[in-house]
Amino acid sequence: MIYLNAFLFAGIICAIGQVILDKTKLTPGHITVIFVVIGAFLDIFDIYDKFVLWAGGGALVPITSFGHMLTHGAIMGYNDQGLMGLFIGAFDLTSAGICATIIFSFFLSIIFEPKD
Amino acid sequence: MEKTKYKNLVNKHTPKEDVFYNAIIAFITGGIMGIIGQGLIDFYAYYLTISTKEATVCMLVTLIFISCLFTSIGFFDKWVNFAKCGLIIPITGFAHATMSAALEYRKEGMVLGVGANMLKLSGAVIIFGVVSAWTFSLIRMLLGAI
Repeated sequence: MIYLNAFLFAGIICAIGQVILDKTKLTPGHITVIFVVIGAFLDIFDIYDKFVLWAGGGALVPITSFGHMLTHGAIMGYNDQGLMGLFIGAFDLTSAGICATIIFSFFLSIIFEPKD
Repeated sequence: MEKTKYKNLVNKHTPKEDVFYNAIIAFITGGIMGIIGQGLIDFYAYYLTISTKEATVCMLVTLIFISCLFTSIGFFDKWVNFAKCGLIIPITGFAHATMSAALEYRKEGMVLGVGANMLKLSGAVIIFGVVSAWTFSLIRMLLGAI
């Protein structure tokens, strides 16, 4: 059942993004930024956690989960370490994604030649 | 008068996008990405006997590695052109943007090319993500204090 929820949730988010992309003059860069901000916003009152419980991987794969994890880390940092935790904790959960992207891109760009 | 004429001319020659068809394609590919994500989480949690949280990290790293590899081999661009937001909105789009920037600027050298330009497109995601997450956490903190 969670697979159906994952399909529906991720699919609907991508379809909304595609409609925005076609109907307005925004570029894909704007769309991803909008979705990250929406994901960060939805985490203020733990709404996104309910989506994660309902859709599992379907809610963790879209870029909205990136914003959700950033806010989640900052709030967790505040609960643990006070005001400075807002700065310490922001990258706690997302560092895996950012590090993996940078490291793989760096080494693969050494190995492979660009193809046009 | 000249301006309206020009606008009409531009509108006439702008390729018409089939909004409904594109949305269906994005819905299906995005949904498949969601299923792959959930499948990988279950796979890692079951075979490596780790918690769901650690399996989520493994899943994200796997998807990022696959999209980086396919971008550098060269056929991921065609998939993105076909599926558009179906592959841009998932984390694969983030990895794809970083990888293609790194490949594109490689001939300008390691430091000033790859190093300086790798996050050219995906840097926006990180900057706006951090700024909005920090602001929203501050709001949550202030709300919690009252």
